[in-house]
Amino acid sequence: MNPYVVPGLVVVILATVAIGAYGLRFARTTSDFLVASRSVSPAWNAAAISGEYLSAASFLGVAGLILRYGVDVLWYPVGFAAGYLALLLFVAAPLRRSGAFTLPDFCEVRLRSPLLRRLATVFVVFIGCLYLVPQLQGAGLTFTTVAGGSYVWGALLVGLVVTANVALGGMRAITFVQAFQYWLKLTALAVPVIFLVLQWQSDGRPAIDPPGGPVFPAATTVTFDDAARITLPDGTVDEVEAGAERTYPAGSPVPDVDTVDDQRGTDWLLPGGDDSLFATYSLILATFLGTMGLPHVLVRFYTNPDGASARRTTLVVLGLVGLFYLFPTLYGVLGRVWAPHLLMTGRTDAVVLILPEAALGGGTLGRLLGALVTAGALAAFLSTSSGILTSVAGVVFTDVLRAERSERGGSVRDFRLATVLAAVVPIVLSIYVANMDVSRVVGLAFAVAASSFCPLLVLGIWWRGLTDVGAAAGVLAGGGAAMAAVLITVLGPPLTGWPAQMIGQPAAWTVPLAFAVMIVGSLATSRRVPKDVGATMLRLHAPESLRL
Amino acid sequence: MSGSAENGRRVRVVLGEVAARRTPTDPAHADLAEQTPVGEALVRGLVRAQLALALRMALVVVTGLGALPLLFAVAPEIGSLRVLGLTVPWLLLGVLSFPFLFVVGWVYVRWAERNEQDFTAVIRRPE
Repeated sequence: MNPYVVPGLVVVILATVAIGAYGLRFARTTSDFLVASRSVSPAWNAAAISGEYLSAASFLGVAGLILRYGVDVLWYPVGFAAGYLALLLFVAAPLRRSGAFTLPDFCEVRLRSPLLRRLATVFVVFIGCLYLVPQLQGAGLTFTTVAGGSYVWGALLVGLVVTANVALGGMRAITFVQAFQYWLKLTALAVPVIFLVLQWQSDGRPAIDPPGGPVFPAATTVTFDDAARITLPDGTVDEVEAGAERTYPAGSPVPDVDTVDDQRGTDWLLPGGDDSLFATYSLILATFLGTMGLPHVLVRFYTNPDGASARRTTLVVLGLVGLFYLFPTLYGVLGRVWAPHLLMTGRTDAVVLILPEAALGGGTLGRLLGALVTAGALAAFLSTSSGILTSVAGVVFTDVLRAERSERGGSVRDFRLATVLAAVVPIVLSIYVANMDVSRVVGLAFAVAASSFCPLLVLGIWWRGLTDVGAAAGVLAGGGAAMAAVLITVLGPPLTGWPAQMIGQPAAWTVPLAFAVMIVGSLATSRRVPKDVGATMLRLHAPESLRL
Repeated sequence: MSGSAENGRRVRVVLGEVAARRTPTDPAHADLAEQTPVGEALVRGLVRAQLALALRMALVVVTGLGALPLLFAVAPEIGSLRVLGLTVPWLLLGVLSFPFLFVVGWVYVRWAERNEQDFTAVIRRPE
């Protein structure tokens, strides 16, 4: 085992707790806990938003997908970044001006409907859990891959550190932690990439996609966790049992394994392929429109002082996130050269973690860089789970415990209680549901957000005619359909053909459905348009400098 | 607005400035605050201008990025072109899409702020 990994992880956890504690010195009121008393500068805020957003799916999952499927999955990073453009264009400034802290708040401000507020609460908690479980799972898997430790302890450790940090420091402390973790994640990917590219040059630029498919760079022993059928390039079939080992010499082509779905040759290099168009557009729709509906993203906008600065913060986030996504692609591509055995085991998500040592050898440099990327991965789990937990806890605090409306007005203790409540379910789930597919579940969370909160926000901000009945019907139809698709994908039997595509990537039909139902429902109940809609529109769109 | 006076520091009071600050007497301002038809029309104009701008920018992204999967499906030969040693789809999606998104966002922020300045100028226009 790499001797630098454990010290690296300890440093990240200590730095997280220390920065959280430093922030805690300033966090004295409930307002500090929830919105950092709105006194965070755009640069800090943008780094914090990016830090919170770049999750395990971005740090590990994107590179793993590219290693496996090639050019078609580049839409994941493009969509994750483009989501911030959609947020900037349609939501950022008006949402900040609405004064809403959470999505349920926005429903209350815009449509004055307690029922819709409760419906939104259900969706926030569902999306939050859907997003939190895979983060903790990713943490557990990393601990197994890199440190050889147990899955349960990895998931529990990250879960407890995050819960403690959010419960003790709230939003104020979290802002500093998140901003630190953005730069840590960027460094952890960018520095090793320099050495990897130099190594690739000095190796005489080995072909990324050799004509006969990927080849082993060195003699490699592959261990199979499950029984599989291996098809060698010359057509012979090798049946292996669970736990079997096979050794392949350097320079031999990587055989095909039936249990691992991957793309080879031009399928990997060139776009298209069989029936990918529907899935591609569905993915584009989910990621472009889903970002604005993620609960932990919206919470951040309230910490901007005004609408114009919310806009500028979003632009900086777009730049920071785009900069980050240049790197996972390189890891996925170079993984074809140095870590093709992952295509046989199916553990492609580990490519970022093992690539430095695989490419640079087991010397000090390779091990140090390996420890650096592992520390970055830990930062990814910590920051995203902290962000989601803060926002779900915020919703539990205001809507389930009803703390803000009680006579005491909601105390810091209530917020801590809300945090623990919000953390328990995902932590327990992540321990008992270990075999869920990490990156796909995150994609499904985007699809649910895009089919529920995106239409609600966009129509609520730009269309006077929206009514509470129409909004609730749209959220139930679109979001409910996406939720059902998620539950079928995660719990149901495997599907084939068209139903598999419609259920596996539901956004292409659930998003239009949500918009259509919301518009038709609102037109049918046009008498229920709130009487103060003019005043609300003025508040959402007029610049603060007018001081109305 | 009168924060300096509240800090306990002495301030010079100039009648003209105080009068200029008394915004509710400004007719357009009052129209807005009191939701008269004129104020309503002004706000509708601002919302329409901002929405049109956002939709135009979204259209740029939809034609620039959203048409790519269709293009690669209809004309596969474009997908296998090489520029600077990279095939075109990798270059477009893996590298160029991110600066493209940022530039669209940057242009949007400038124009959205200009729309707001125009709106503010109409409200504050001296009669």
